Amino acid sequence: MALLRLASSRIFKSPMSNPILKYLPFFTDAEVPHTVAARPDTGLYSAKLGIWLFLASEVMLFGGLFSAYIFLRIGAEPGYWPSGLLNVPVGTMNTAILIVSSITVVMAWAALKMRQLGKYKFYMAITILCGLIFLTVKLSYEWPAKFNHFGVFIKKDAASKYEEFLGNKHLEEAGQSPRWEITGHLLDAPKGSSYEHQAQHNAEHFAHETGRHDAVTPAEDDYVIQLDAVNANPTDKTNDRPHFWPVPMSNKIAVISAKDVESASVFAPRHSTYFATYFLITGLHGLHVLGGILVFLYLWLPVKGGVNLYKTNPEHLANRVEIAGLFWHFVDLVWIFVFPIFYLL
Amino acid sequence: MAGSHSHSTPDQTHASTNAADHAAAEAADIASHIGAYVKVGVALLVLTGITVGLSYVDFGSRSMNIVVGMIVASIKAGLVAAIFMHLKGEKITIWRFLWMTTIFAIGLFFLTYLAHSDPISGTTHSTH
Repeated sequence: MALLRLASSRIFKSPMSNPILKYLPFFTDAEVPHTVAARPDTGLYSAKLGIWLFLASEVMLFGGLFSAYIFLRIGAEPGYWPSGLLNVPVGTMNTAILIVSSITVVMAWAALKMRQLGKYKFYMAITILCGLIFLTVKLSYEWPAKFNHFGVFIKKDAASKYEEFLGNKHLEEAGQSPRWEITGHLLDAPKGSSYEHQAQHNAEHFAHETGRHDAVTPAEDDYVIQLDAVNANPTDKTNDRPHFWPVPMSNKIAVISAKDVESASVFAPRHSTYFATYFLITGLHGLHVLGGILVFLYLWLPVKGGVNLYKTNPEHLANRVEIAGLFWHFVDLVWIFVFPIFYLL
Repeated sequence: MAGSHSHSTPDQTHASTNAADHAAAEAADIASHIGAYVKVGVALLVLTGITVGLSYVDFGSRSMNIVVGMIVASIKAGLVAAIFMHLKGEKITIWRFLWMTTIFAIGLFFLTYLAHSDPISGTTHSTH
């Protein structure tokens, strides 16, 4: 213990004598150069150079995921890339919230540049609030709604048995891709399925809402699904293209024998490559939003590196806000592509 | 429009020598840009509405709708990068980074194109 204390005191009390720490100004009291004044060779303060290098690596990170999306989508067999499964009005609202936060963060920076601390705090508070609303909508509404939605892909050779839910004759006449999936709320799952508990919960809710108790079949290998509108009326022309406002679920049910099922899953990553890429990309994007919020909180709170920096070096604080803002705009920019490719197209 | 911030002026390298004058000039410069930030923000909101609206218009095929959607998204991304991220009028160093990033990103998407076009016969696979 004493030895450890000796070692740590040697490292932290005289960091400049430590061969590694002396190059890490963050751990020492050493003055970091070029936090405000531009370096003569780059014409930039160093943090700006740093954040752009980081954003360049982020382009490659998200670029890799987007190219995985393209690869999987163009490789998908007809009828295996779903559309219309996400809530478009909610997605649109979240897009607008991110854009508003992008405006407010640039306003926060401009306020600091003009030395208006009150305005800075106000705009930064709005930015943080927008970020929190975005994440809350995603985590408490959008994702959970997917986890309680169920899809069953029917084997192609059994599809004719379920034509009343798939409507493939109609889709062929309309020149559309075939439909192999039946979606809705799971009311009864085959015995031993990991979805039995969810099905039981949904069946109770269904019975409560409709007064019907026929949703649970005595057979042990059936999926029973309370149908989405598109499977309840698959020949309805208005269902050929996705709706803007989500259509309420029908009270019709479908009984599907497990032997006709190719795969069955809630709308989670395992459901399809569509949802796998959706959750991966929106999840990673959400982590970026969270990271941005934490940095903004630090810059907004009265701490040494945050608002208190205003008293000693307001330009330094403005630069910190600028690079945090650059990161935030990039996160907004990624969402500008995520929103149409998953929600709309 | 916005973008010609003082940190894009050639005398940036001497900023440390007349920091106070510089900061004051910059503050005046920024005040004149605030209107542009709000305008760009409103344009982005309108373009979001247009993106949603156009996705319900039939352009003949799904692929055509995707092309239209990506064009609108690229305009929005360009506005964010040029104005909010101050790329308009940014230093050459950063532009050089971005050119390199663009080249590598294009290479990345070219690999995806190769996977699709199947130059080595029989290596594509379908999945769902």
